[in-house]
Amino acid sequence: MAKRVLVKGNEAICMGALAAGCKFYFGYPITPQNDIPEYMSAHMPEVGGTFIQAESEVASINMLLGAAATGARAMTSSSSPGISLKQEGISYLCGSEVPGVVVNMSRSGPGLGGIHPSQGDYFQSTRGGGHGDYRVLVLAPSTAQENYDLTMLAFDLADKYRNPVMILGDALIGNIKEPVELKPYRRKIKPKDWALTGAHRRPRRIVKSLFLADGELTDHNWRLYKKYQRMAKETRFENYRADDAKLVLVAFGSVGRILKTSVDMLREKGLAVGLLRPITVYPFPHQAVQEAAERTGHLMVVELNTGQMVEDVRLAVEGRAPVDFYGRPPGSIPTPNELAKEVAKVWRKRGLQ
Amino acid sequence: MSPQKKTTVKMKKVFDRPKSMTKKPYHYCPGCHHGVIHRMLAEQIDAYGLKGKTIGVASVGCSVLLYDYFDTDVVEAPHGRAPAVATGAKRAQPENFVFTYQGDGDLAAIGTAEIIHAANRGEKITVIFVNNAVFGMTGGQMAPTTLVGQVTTTSPQGRQVATAGPPIRVAEMLATLDGAAYVARVAVNNIKNYKVAEKALKRAIDFQLDGVGFAFVEFLSSCPTNWKMTPQEANARVANEMIAQFPLGVYKDILAAA
Ligand SMILES: Cc1ncc(C[n+]2csc(CCOP(=O)(O)OP(=O)(O)O)c2C)c(N)n1
Ligand code: SF4
Repeated sequence: MAKRVLVKGNEAICMGALAAGCKFYFGYPITPQNDIPEYMSAHMPEVGGTFIQAESEVASINMLLGAAATGARAMTSSSSPGISLKQEGISYLCGSEVPGVVVNMSRSGPGLGGIHPSQGDYFQSTRGGGHGDYRVLVLAPSTAQENYDLTMLAFDLADKYRNPVMILGDALIGNIKEPVELKPYRRKIKPKDWALTGAHRRPRRIVKSLFLADGELTDHNWRLYKKYQRMAKETRFENYRADDAKLVLVAFGSVGRILKTSVDMLREKGLAVGLLRPITVYPFPHQAVQEAAERTGHLMVVELNTGQMVEDVRLAVEGRAPVDFYGRPPGSIPTPNELAKEVAKVWRKRGLQ
Repeated sequence: MSPQKKTTVKMKKVFDRPKSMTKKPYHYCPGCHHGVIHRMLAEQIDAYGLKGKTIGVASVGCSVLLYDYFDTDVVEAPHGRAPAVATGAKRAQPENFVFTYQGDGDLAAIGTAEIIHAANRGEKITVIFVNNAVFGMTGGQMAPTTLVGQVTTTSPQGRQVATAGPPIRVAEMLATLDGAAYVARVAVNNIKNYKVAEKALKRAIDFQLDGVGFAFVEFLSSCPTNWKMTPQEANARVANEMIAQFPLGVYKDILAAA
């Protein structure tokens, strides 16, 4: 049986990264993800890897670009303001098709905001975030175990699509301490036939995002677009008691986790509610949400912001069903009981029985 | 009658394209020093047998198309970030010769933090810094290295110290960092300076190959187009104005000092 350890969510991410063969970590301190650079500084040397505390988030994402362009598995992590600084680099990674894992243990904004859990970076994460027409695969864990598992997956998806993959958590997901089963990483890492290793006995290779010749950039963008379309098959979500539900809730990450308890509380009172928890927020589980809307006729979205993912839900539903929303700006974490009350309000408002 | 004897004249090849250069003609303007510096670097890559062991890091500026001319592996960095990209590449591929090639907008303006910290960490990379006192690619705007009084498209009255500060001397600044191993400033405006520059470049390559540390060569360069000068006038400006503001020499050589 795999070893079980009691660790913080942030540490679970590091353990998943090291298990998946990540040999390069570049970062810059920011709360609430400091456990990640701290852990990596201690453990990277043990596996013969490289840890660099960079001069900024801008430098760290570009160090990742350099290391990953040679084919190495590399990771950087930060929190909201730092992720803003990384956006130019993420755009270059997408444009030049370099894989890499970017962790955002997001905090609250705008501006310096605070360090409370928040889901205010949903738009930034799922809409590209930087300049240009690109997409990043975004995984949204809700437990320390998922942090571990999804980090391993993130490296595989990054290599598969030659694209950055983001892990979107928050202060709660990064700092909660719980048991994690350290499942071994067994997948084979394929050699990269595009990586820069020195043009010894082979034609030289170029990693770039500038395309000036007539029509070249158009073709490049269409090729990237098709790749983003192919990513749809990576869609993942959790269905929690939603099959027979009359009201389906949609929530991701920390709120998704809290809502599971609310669902259980409401079920005990006889309210047939369930939860769809997107695990990939890009690609978004459009189909599952659409089917839930058709099946139940009612959806409710809960987020730790004033309404971002709800737009994706409404896009998926395409007016087939009403979509209610409860949003909470940063400042406090809602309890299962509070959220259950909000859900019950919607249940009554919609005349459900 | 005896048949006429055929005489074959044996010709010695004295000038050729370096093996590590492609056949693509430069897009650089006439009289621009970028082409001269490219060739000097390519010749050394050949001389050291590094063609199959090089990762070049292109920056954003007129030399962004570096990969059109160097027949080696190349990665393109965002504006100013080449030293960070090179850091990642060199750490991951320590057996490769990793160089950055950056203009003064790239290195001395937007990328100041990256160059200082790469130097101070002692990254084993070779930095080619091309200082032409303007932002060439974007149309000749003022750079941190623009000379006092120099007219550019964003200093139409000439660079004013009161509002824009004086020109930054990057080589001198980097030489103050204990992490930097080799720092030199050179020019290629005449044969004498060219020869000195070549020596400095070789030393900057040796420093990386021997694992000594961070090596930096600043090339004073011309931009006839944006200086609105003929190539001859531009060369004269390098000789008369640039070198006065940016004195040539070796500012740091930790092996020579030892
Ligand atoms: C983030 C960002 N800001 C601005 C630019 C526009 N830009 C392109 S090249 C350049 C300056 C180039 O000047 P320099 O580095 O001196 O190189 P040169 O062209 O003179 O060789 C600028 C500002 C950019 N590409 N990216
Ligand atoms: S604009 Fe200036 S730096 Fe650019 S190629 Fe022309 S002369 Fe050279």
